[in-house]
Amino acid sequence: MKNEGEGSERPDNTAFTQQRLPAWQPILSAGIVIPGFLIIGLAFIGIGIGLFLTSQTIQVWEMDYTGVEKDSPCVRCTIQSSQNCTCDVTFSLSELFTGPVFFYYGLSNYYQNFRKYGVSKDYYQLTGDTQYFKSPQDVCSPYKYDSQNNPIVPCGAIANSMFNDTFELYQIINGTTKKQVPLDGKGISWWTDYNIKYRNPSSVNGSFANAFEGTVKPINWPKAVYELDPVDQNNNGFLNQDFLVWMRRSALPQFRKLYRRITEGDYAAGLPAGNYSLTVHYNYPVLSFDGRKKVVFSNVSWMGGKNDFLGIAYLVVGSLCVVMSVVMLIVYAKFKFSDDDDA
Amino acid sequence: MSFFGLDCMRKKEKEVERKIRANDREYNSSFRYATNSIKTSKYNPFTFLPLNLFEQFQRIANAYFLFLLILQVIPAISSLSWFTTVVPLVFVLSVTAAKDAIDDINRHRSDRKVNNRKVNVLINGKLISEKWMNVQVGDIIKLENNQFVTADLFLLSSSEPLNLVYIETAELDGETNLKVKQALTVTGDMGDNLEALAAFNGEVCCEPPNNRLDRFTGTLTFDTQKYSLDNERVLLRGCTLRNTDWCFGLVLFAGPETKLMQNCGKSTFKRTSIDRLMNVLVLFIFGLLALMCIILAVGNGIWENHAGSKFKAFLPREEKSTALSAFLTFWSYIIILNTVVPISLYVSMEVIRLGNSYYINWDRSMYHARTDTPAEARTTTLNEELGQIKYIFSDKTGTLTQNIMTFNKCSINGKSYGDVIDNSGQRLEITEEMTPVDFSFNRLADPKFLFYDHSLVEAVKLELPDVHAFFRLLALCHTVMAEEKKEGHLVYQAQSPDEGALVTAARNFGFVFRSRSPETVTIEEMGIQRSYELLAILDFNNVRKRMSVIVRNPEGKLTLYCKGADTIVYERLHPSCSELMKVTTEHLNEFAGEGLRTLVLAYKDLDEEYFAEWKQRHHESSVALEDREEKLEKLYEEIEKDMMLIGATSIEDKLQDGVAQTIEQLAKAEIKIWVLTGDKQETAENIGYSCNLLREEMNDVFIVAANSPEEVRQELRDARLKICPETEQDKLLIPEFILGNTPKVVQDENVNGEYGLVINGHSLAYALESNMELEFLRTACMCKTVICCRVTPLQKAQVVELVKKYKKAVTLAIGDGANDVSMIKAAHIGVGISGQEGMQAVLSSDFSFAQFRFLQRLLLVHGRWSYLRMCKFLRYFFYKNFTFTFVHFWYAFFCGFSAQTVYDEGFITLYNLVYTALPVLGMSLFDQDVSDRWSLEYPQLYVPGQLSQYFSKRAFMMCALHSCYSSLVLFFVPYAATYDTARDDGKDGADYQSFALITQTCLTVAVCVQLVLDLSYWTVVNHLFVWGSLGMFFILTFTMYTDGLFRLRPSSFAFIGTARNCLNQPNVWLTVALTALLCVLPVFAYRFFCSQISPTINEKVRYKVRPMKEPAPRPRRTRLTRRSTRRSGYAFSHAHGYGDLVTSGRFLRRHTPVRSMGLIPTGRSPGFKPTGRSAGYSPVGREQNPKQKVEPTSLQMFRAVKDSSF
Repeated sequence: MKNEGEGSERPDNTAFTQQRLPAWQPILSAGIVIPGFLIIGLAFIGIGIGLFLTSQTIQVWEMDYTGVEKDSPCVRCTIQSSQNCTCDVTFSLSELFTGPVFFYYGLSNYYQNFRKYGVSKDYYQLTGDTQYFKSPQDVCSPYKYDSQNNPIVPCGAIANSMFNDTFELYQIINGTTKKQVPLDGKGISWWTDYNIKYRNPSSVNGSFANAFEGTVKPINWPKAVYELDPVDQNNNGFLNQDFLVWMRRSALPQFRKLYRRITEGDYAAGLPAGNYSLTVHYNYPVLSFDGRKKVVFSNVSWMGGKNDFLGIAYLVVGSLCVVMSVVMLIVYAKFKFSDDDDA
Repeated sequence: MSFFGLDCMRKKEKEVERKIRANDREYNSSFRYATNSIKTSKYNPFTFLPLNLFEQFQRIANAYFLFLLILQVIPAISSLSWFTTVVPLVFVLSVTAAKDAIDDINRHRSDRKVNNRKVNVLINGKLISEKWMNVQVGDIIKLENNQFVTADLFLLSSSEPLNLVYIETAELDGETNLKVKQALTVTGDMGDNLEALAAFNGEVCCEPPNNRLDRFTGTLTFDTQKYSLDNERVLLRGCTLRNTDWCFGLVLFAGPETKLMQNCGKSTFKRTSIDRLMNVLVLFIFGLLALMCIILAVGNGIWENHAGSKFKAFLPREEKSTALSAFLTFWSYIIILNTVVPISLYVSMEVIRLGNSYYINWDRSMYHARTDTPAEARTTTLNEELGQIKYIFSDKTGTLTQNIMTFNKCSINGKSYGDVIDNSGQRLEITEEMTPVDFSFNRLADPKFLFYDHSLVEAVKLELPDVHAFFRLLALCHTVMAEEKKEGHLVYQAQSPDEGALVTAARNFGFVFRSRSPETVTIEEMGIQRSYELLAILDFNNVRKRMSVIVRNPEGKLTLYCKGADTIVYERLHPSCSELMKVTTEHLNEFAGEGLRTLVLAYKDLDEEYFAEWKQRHHESSVALEDREEKLEKLYEEIEKDMMLIGATSIEDKLQDGVAQTIEQLAKAEIKIWVLTGDKQETAENIGYSCNLLREEMNDVFIVAANSPEEVRQELRDARLKICPETEQDKLLIPEFILGNTPKVVQDENVNGEYGLVINGHSLAYALESNMELEFLRTACMCKTVICCRVTPLQKAQVVELVKKYKKAVTLAIGDGANDVSMIKAAHIGVGISGQEGMQAVLSSDFSFAQFRFLQRLLLVHGRWSYLRMCKFLRYFFYKNFTFTFVHFWYAFFCGFSAQTVYDEGFITLYNLVYTALPVLGMSLFDQDVSDRWSLEYPQLYVPGQLSQYFSKRAFMMCALHSCYSSLVLFFVPYAATYDTARDDGKDGADYQSFALITQTCLTVAVCVQLVLDLSYWTVVNHLFVWGSLGMFFILTFTMYTDGLFRLRPSSFAFIGTARNCLNQPNVWLTVALTALLCVLPVFAYRFFCSQISPTINEKVRYKVRPMKEPAPRPRRTRLTRRSTRRSGYAFSHAHGYGDLVTSGRFLRRHTPVRSMGLIPTGRSPGFKPTGRSAGYSPVGREQNPKQKVEPTSLQMFRAVKDSSF
């Protein structure tokens, strides 16, 4: 860089050292800002209309079955503390509920996002590492050992509090005949959860149950983890879909989780108009903490489930942008400083 | 420095007296004096880690980090994994440690270099070359010419007559003139006789090591005789031997005990105003953090009481009481919300300042080719302060001026020479292109001398008697020394550059001063050598303002030649000169009007009888015991009358290039410039006018030169009332202590018109007293220009301190000499002029460069940019961290105040370190609102910095509010968008991990878009950083959420698959877009409205210069000429006492030593310092200034001699 005859201390003449790197120097001039706002505004309004209309096409049916109100069909299950209480919730659809229909259960005032609740699981256990079956990690405490000091598998509060209401859906045909709507419980969890994040321990002596020898089921569970689905081994143990869905804890104290999909048989195209009955096996206590349980049927669009917020928000922001661009234009016309040269 | 401390620890009993026996290592070693090896380094390889870590954890920020880390390992509190703190902490610590290590390695290197220098030591009667570090106290060492003095030495003998040695003390005190030291005769007699020296067994008993450079007391006992020793016998480490072939010395103090090293005190640590503001803000942030945590802890208590207690079926908690739970939650939230306290901020600020310092070092526009000196940022922590300067305190000599005098014009016998006149009779501007007068006829001419008027040389050649008399006088009447190393190669040593210029002029015009002895002056007149007998020198002093010589020419004729200030000489002229006086006065006015320094020349023929009688009386007076000075004065007065006028000379005190233009630029930037100079009032005023500080158009220039406090107060008050009659008298003068301890800030007062103030050192001493300083400050601040003349170094610092104390303004001091050191250290920013010989000012400065004019670039370009960048950085940094953190706060209300983080821990760890670090760093290293050329074109752009407009408490609050808004958007938009909704495959989309990922994506994109909006200068690097960091976010997010990493460590990478499952959702992207625009658009609109309704100066300039590429090159400024009625009454930078010196033979090397002193008054102390440059110290100056109680001691000025010898 240095030329002949220059002093040895002379700094190099590069664009970098002399702070002369070529640069793009944007400037907030009216010619960019006002059209910019207008374009953004119009674009947002466009997207907003699209979102809003899409959201309107999505059908949602939901029903609180906690049994707080006196006329709720599940009231009796809240009173008696007996096991295996069932109640029937009936409802009717006035038009076809376009399929595929998704069947959710929802909980509210339920703090799955509480920090200590959230950490209360043993990732190593859940990857099928039997070493951690014997001594679960401390984070699972107090659901680490039962009172006889046997290790709990799966340990921790999340697993222990797994949602255990079950539902059966019937279409009532001609007022009396109950036709069961097939519910598809496969693939309701994330592919990564099912295939990577959770792994079952390998069977010992050909028996899956033996792998869990020396451990006990979580305190609240009626049956052990290896008995979650005795029929389908692929849906058993830690890979049980309902278990996986539950273990993916929610971000907010009010949430829904996917229970089943209605994709099969006569109902592949959706739930036809008519009367339905939902049989609830009411097991899960929520009233102690003012929780609520509900069931939700919904279908989805390209933007997911029903959500009016995004569409409205886009419309509002877009309109504000347009209004703002007009205001800016007025201000610009009035002050018009850019053309001044009093600097 | 720490090692001093360590030394002290080891030697518990303090040394009271030092005893040394020459050539007796055994005896001396019993005292365990320090050896000559020095150690300025702090660490060695083994101590580095513990010591450095210990030091680093003393910093509050790091200690806070450590505290957080401790909190995090307490299981009941830990809300975040330990690595979220450890990773940034380790990063910060290692960056700092690396920097410290490099610094220390450099210190080790320089230590080693110094310790390994060689010197000849006399051991067992033989001279042996030894390393410096092996020299011990009591050794006799031999120094040779141009060698550094090894240690503090007691001078034994030297090669020079009278056992003199000449030393240069530039590294100690910055004075470049040589000083003389003299050995005792008893030791000097040993000469270089090694046997005698080896046998020398004198015992020295002296003071213990201390840092007084100007004082030494001790005794030498030798041959049962006692001799007292003073500073005159001592050579200090750090000096250089000059003009002396060799000398021998006895080591008194070595290594760390030398006076040089004892002066290496800790230099005061300067902080910028942004630093101070940051301290306040950090306290505020801590308060905010505590407040948020308290709110959340209370929230937790309430939640536990209501919802939480019922929720225990699924959520077991051990804590029994809600109070304990709230307490633990408080600490948990302290951990989570710790990111509001900007810890990585400090590291980033250091990096930014370092980068901007490098730009200063690299700037070719601040490189001075002639001295090959680039600008240097010696302190890398003060850059942004350069953008806020309000007051500049400048030295004059060597800073504004080059300290080069040139003989410019003259008036001889009523004819003016020096102007170049063209055919039409117009005066021409002298430019580089003109051909100077050819002096080749004169083989002794100085080739560097330039003169453009050919008529003068014609006049010399025509042998006009007046012209010859004029130059003869210049060649004879002076105190210059000539050195002729080889034939025809003359070097003049003049005590003042004025004299040098005059004698050089005479030399070139054919009257060459060749040599002098105490009694003769030999000159060559038009090629003919003539020797004049020097009969008397009627020396210069401040009252006389003239000097004369009485010489007898070879033909035996006696003449008195006199040169002096016009007013003085005019009074002593023969009445017959009145006609000539009129013409000459006109010329003088003309010269003075151009800012030239003038002198009037006159002569008088003496008759032999009268002179013989006068000489007799002179001799009597000069040996008189009483009133000698007065008697001499009278005699001088008597003989210097009825003189004949010859003419006048004018000398230009050359300003540095571009000074006037720089001052004009700085004035446009509303920077006030105060000149603090040791020079005389007239000289200072003169320079004030020539560099445009004082102007004829000014409404008034007040001159305060009173001799009593009352008068000074009255003059100041009068001046103030004249400027602004309605200023309140005493409201501001209430003593401070009544109003409490907080120093008041004196507001700027509005002034109509321009005023100047000139105050001399004497009055300044009164004005700086505590009961008058406010009066002085108020008056001074109303004036556009303030010039303080005849000030001592201490007063310079006091003036700076005064402004610092009462004005909420940033000050800068610029100077080149040792007398500026105190002011450079006192000011917020010290700038040293480098490239000259003295290094003292540079060594204690924060920035240094070679020319005053670079100051405008330093301030208006680098300073402004640095300030702008730093402020932008801070605003953005606070914004991004607050936004990041506040989201946690909102989330707390939805997660039972459980200290659940919103984001993934990996993201928390990397957010500040990876995702957002580089773009903002890029902005703060490259951003420029307008280019450097435009910055200089519009100095007004500098003003917002002075008013701290870009970053203040208000700006900080705005950031916090903006963050608050953004965090609300960032939390509630994803909240609403995912609330009770599903993904496009029907799975629920509101699980914690997806929500975390959506929020952190929104956050990263939003802060990135905000940066895009803030950046006004997009270089390739910025593009790379911004898009790279955004890309990095996605790459790292996907990487961290991969199967492989999860298998490696499931508990740390539990977010597996979230990215894949979440970012494929269209509504996630719609959410991201919505949040980003919602965060940014209001800011966008706000800025647009601001820029339209009340545009800032930056915006105006930016809009204006947008269509233009670069400003048109400035027209070359022609020299300012002004017609004025001012006269330089007296401008002659002489110091008293040179006459004696010249005739005493002290400086006449290789001359026969002292003869009878003849006419010349003797009795001068041998330590007389020829002070030309630092007039502020001159004995005369000090007499004039009786207020000066505190000596401008070395302590004041030399504290930072640090490392100067390496």
